[in-house]
Amino acid sequence: MATAAAVGHGHPPTTTGLDHRKVAIWAFIGSECMLFTSLISTYLAYKGRSITGPFPHEVCNPPQCATTLQPILNIPVTSVSTFVLLMSSLFMVMALAAVQNKGKPGWAGTGRFARLQESSRFWLMATAIAGTAFLGFQAFEFTSFVHEGLTIRKNLFGSSFFTLTGFHGAHVTVGVLWLLTLFAIDMRRGLGPKDSLIVDISALYWHFVDVVWIAIFTLVYLIK
Amino acid sequence: MSDHPQSAPHADHGAEKHVHPTWSTYWKVALILALITFVEVWVYYIPAFAASKAFVPTLLIMSAVKFAIVVMFYMHLKYDHKLFRALFTGPLIIAGATMVVLLFLFGHLVVG
Repeated sequence: MATAAAVGHGHPPTTTGLDHRKVAIWAFIGSECMLFTSLISTYLAYKGRSITGPFPHEVCNPPQCATTLQPILNIPVTSVSTFVLLMSSLFMVMALAAVQNKGKPGWAGTGRFARLQESSRFWLMATAIAGTAFLGFQAFEFTSFVHEGLTIRKNLFGSSFFTLTGFHGAHVTVGVLWLLTLFAIDMRRGLGPKDSLIVDISALYWHFVDVVWIAIFTLVYLIK
Repeated sequence: MSDHPQSAPHADHGAEKHVHPTWSTYWKVALILALITFVEVWVYYIPAFAASKAFVPTLLIMSAVKFAIVVMFYMHLKYDHKLFRALFTGPLIIAGATMVVLLFLFGHLVVG
């Protein structure tokens, strides 16, 4: 029965009746959970153990530091970038829905906004732009940290912070490239319901990158 | 913004038939996520609250709620096959438990 269901949904028969690609992305996401938890654990284990500044939430005074250094984390900027990444997840579910329902007349209602809702190209590009904006915020943050004297070799905070957020940024970069690839395919031949799975898989990856940032934002930036 | 169901119940490459959330659900979820983020940042800037014992648990709860909302509604885990749920929550539980043990080991969490 599972096999019949699988054949009916356009993928080779499998013992579970589920497409192997979707099982694979969930297994991959599970393994990524472990990777990011290990990086976050390392950050938390070394939290407050740096001998020299700059520090994330505390002022560093002489003689611990050559000059007085202010707390280095910029919460307002990171809050905005967090909001942008959260909204990119909304854009991504819109893109998936637009692909899944392409060709179904009136599924998004009527009017100008409905036409926008039906455009998978618009939502894919919006998601990619939001992801790129997040990377821009991260580049700004990294650059300002380096100017303020915090490098990956400066102290335990620098090492664990840059490793954690750098890994996350690398994942966002891969996600943006993936989205741009889907956008190019959409422009070239159009994405339709038969392509739902490839968009769904990229959406799962993108949302995972988002949930990782939800954890990082609280554990690294907000908890003092 | 319309409130049409995205589609009739449809199978998403799995043996189970399920329904995805509607447009309005996606927008409501986004609004809730934005609101929680706003509250998180707001409480960060209240010195009395930030110095209290409730600060860290409050932030952790709000973060966990955001995490769960995205996973359930945007990643469709609430509506998807149970195997996917197991593939995600299994490693997450192992990783979470390892993190707690590691924090005990490094003295960040103290019993008693």
